[in-house]
Amino acid sequence: MRFTAFPEHRGLLELPWSVPLEKWPAELLASYPRGVSRHVVRFVRIDGTVYAVKEIGQPVAEKEYRLLRDLERRGLPVVRAIGVVTDRVTPDGEPLDAALVTRHLQFSLPYRAVFSRRLAPGTSGRLLDAMAELLVRLHLAGFVWNDCSLSNTLFRRDAETFAAYLVDAETGDFRDPLSDQSREYDVEVATENVAGELLDLAAGDLLDPSVDPFATARELAPRYAGLWDELTRTEVVDPNEYGRIEARIRRLNDLGYDVGEVQLSEEDDGSRLSFRTQVVEPGHHRRRLRELTGLDVEERQARRLLGDLDSYRAAAVMPGTDVDEATAARHWLTEIFGPLTSAVPAELRGKLEPAQLFHEMLDHRWYLSEQAGHEVRLEDAADDYLRTVLTAKPDESAVLIAPDLRTDQ
Amino acid sequence: MAAITMTHIVKKYGDGFPAVNDVSLEVADGEFIILVGPSGCGKSTLLRMIVGLEDITSGDMVIGGTRVNEKAPRDRNLAMVFQNYALYPHLTVFENIAFPLRLRGMKDEEITKLVNEAAETLELTEHLQRRPANLSGGQRQRVAMGRAIVREADAFLFDEPLSNLDAKLRGQMRTEIARIQRRLGITTVYVTHDQTEAMTLGDRVAVLRKGVLQQVASPRELYEEPVNLFVAGFIGSPPMNFIPAAVEGDTLKTPFGPFRLPPERAAKVQGRDVVIVGARPDHFEDAAMVDEGKRSSGLSFSGAVDVTEWLGHDLFAYVPFEAQADIVQQLADLSRELDSEQIRTQLVISLHTSSKITAGEDADLWLDTSRVHVFDPHTQENLTREGGPAGSGVPAATSAASTG
Repeated sequence: MRFTAFPEHRGLLELPWSVPLEKWPAELLASYPRGVSRHVVRFVRIDGTVYAVKEIGQPVAEKEYRLLRDLERRGLPVVRAIGVVTDRVTPDGEPLDAALVTRHLQFSLPYRAVFSRRLAPGTSGRLLDAMAELLVRLHLAGFVWNDCSLSNTLFRRDAETFAAYLVDAETGDFRDPLSDQSREYDVEVATENVAGELLDLAAGDLLDPSVDPFATARELAPRYAGLWDELTRTEVVDPNEYGRIEARIRRLNDLGYDVGEVQLSEEDDGSRLSFRTQVVEPGHHRRRLRELTGLDVEERQARRLLGDLDSYRAAAVMPGTDVDEATAARHWLTEIFGPLTSAVPAELRGKLEPAQLFHEMLDHRWYLSEQAGHEVRLEDAADDYLRTVLTAKPDESAVLIAPDLRTDQ
Repeated sequence: MAAITMTHIVKKYGDGFPAVNDVSLEVADGEFIILVGPSGCGKSTLLRMIVGLEDITSGDMVIGGTRVNEKAPRDRNLAMVFQNYALYPHLTVFENIAFPLRLRGMKDEEITKLVNEAAETLELTEHLQRRPANLSGGQRQRVAMGRAIVREADAFLFDEPLSNLDAKLRGQMRTEIARIQRRLGITTVYVTHDQTEAMTLGDRVAVLRKGVLQQVASPRELYEEPVNLFVAGFIGSPPMNFIPAAVEGDTLKTPFGPFRLPPERAAKVQGRDVVIVGARPDHFEDAAMVDEGKRSSGLSFSGAVDVTEWLGHDLFAYVPFEAQADIVQQLADLSRELDSEQIRTQLVISLHTSSKITAGEDADLWLDTSRVHVFDPHTQENLTREGGPAGSGVPAATSAASTG
């Protein structure tokens, strides 16, 4: 057995690598919902961290490991590849397939778990938005997935929306350049996959009846195209319309993208300018929050937290004094964010991750304030939230699932 | 159904490097053609140009008599098979095949007709109302092919469809693909890096190297009459042995002894000091197993066998040898290009399984010199090849007729 790996828990080395994955003892395994997969996939828990192990041919395992690491290095939302186990041999000397080990994404929601609950209005649209955004980001990086599907994606709550993560890169590749036709084809494949997966849930009585599989799948392409166009289109302006360029940059920042470069060129007759922006990397708010507070959260959560931080600073600054942003952020972190999120009783900590919890507390304050007709203090709202809302929520740190939902395909 | 005709196809990327360089290839209506070569040879790029996923820098792509260079993929009426081979456990076999058509908004009666027809071809009719879990491995692969069949495409395209599967499934699937393709008689282009797959599946095989088409021929012709060292080394497992030889008149002097070429072959080799002799493992034999009368027509020599491998129906012996440094370097470069791990300065010899030769002995061996090829070490060209021009890219009339 040979383990090529990122430094990680040594307990991984002690797993029964000389046994086919299908026959691993049940006490090692964590029960997680799985998507439709061609390969044997199992989850193991070692000291509280959950890993996914996929049995797969060595060249494919090594390729996927490289791709996942590469995508992660480029800041794309993918699961962390931990290592590849090769040269596996049974005690009888029978060679076994290689295994790819990835770290399970905490607080992530597989689609089966999301769609089989009663969905709040608009949820399926938000999931598709997250998937479309993931595809756009991968395509901007020159990566073609070739098998984008709900099974190959994990969702994490991100404020009122979702953030999607790629969990299976087996069929993907980097292309330089990535052609428009390849992008369209990628979306076409994804659409067909989503339709098949939702139909499958429906046939198994696992789909919220308000979701129409075909109509939902067909929404993916326009959502993708809208975002792609927003990020990459060329606009033509008069030379005195520089304001439009600024507005465009603001709009992209709002969407969470930083603009690395604006390219301006004169149209043929020189009277008008065409410009296009090059977005470098999404995560505008996320990076700003991390710089200020060290918190690493999803993009829209970051926007929400920054909003609260801004109002905290505005309220805290006395006229005539000048508190810089970094100082305000430090105080906000120790006086507001820290105490509120750590007030959660230990047994409720697995329900939601801290940033999402804070986001929901802010929502709850808004809701209570509306009801009361005056501003409710955040501390009070948080307290009420813990007592009345959080206790009733399902655990999301590890979505366990009933046996009939598991699939061993 | 349609023929696919590629004329002087070039694909250049931004850096000006031609990923595909002046490829002309004609795939006859109903023909099964394989594009094969090591990674980076341009085979997948060429396939993506056929499908329409890559722009064509220059040249003409004609499908069914229509130039399609500017057509979007969906307007080319081709099917990428196994773009999605997930089978959905709660859906019946029928629905697993039908749902992409429903997604496109096709009418129910038309869907029923197409799925029933496809099921008949695939011998899945009595399984249509079952769930995939009740099917055998081969049947499951056929369901996935059903999705492509109901699209009524003019041609099937496969891009390394088996590379992610385990060895057992790969074998099953290869058989299914070959069987269905014959039955449908549909034009098929299949990309693989695996020469075994190439040799067992296609009517003809096109070998690519660094974007350039090397040879298009039947598997047998590629094996027996390769145009150059590259094709000779790529096709065949274990690969062809390359042995350096000095030319003296009509005699080739190899590390295992000299042998004479017949006059017409000797003429082709003239003017060179050094050549490379290419001998397949099965061109050798244990000298004790060769008839007296036949033995004198080949080269008998003594070789130090360091390893033997018995694989049931095959027995291989390995015989290391020394060769000139510059030739060894050249062969090592070639080996790297072929993604081969073979160390070329040893012979791999296929022996009759009843041979008594064992490892560690100096064995009496024999080479059938009438079957070897002789290559120019500089141009890498096969000097002793028989038959027509190398990479004409035009299908033989017989191969088209046998499947069309």
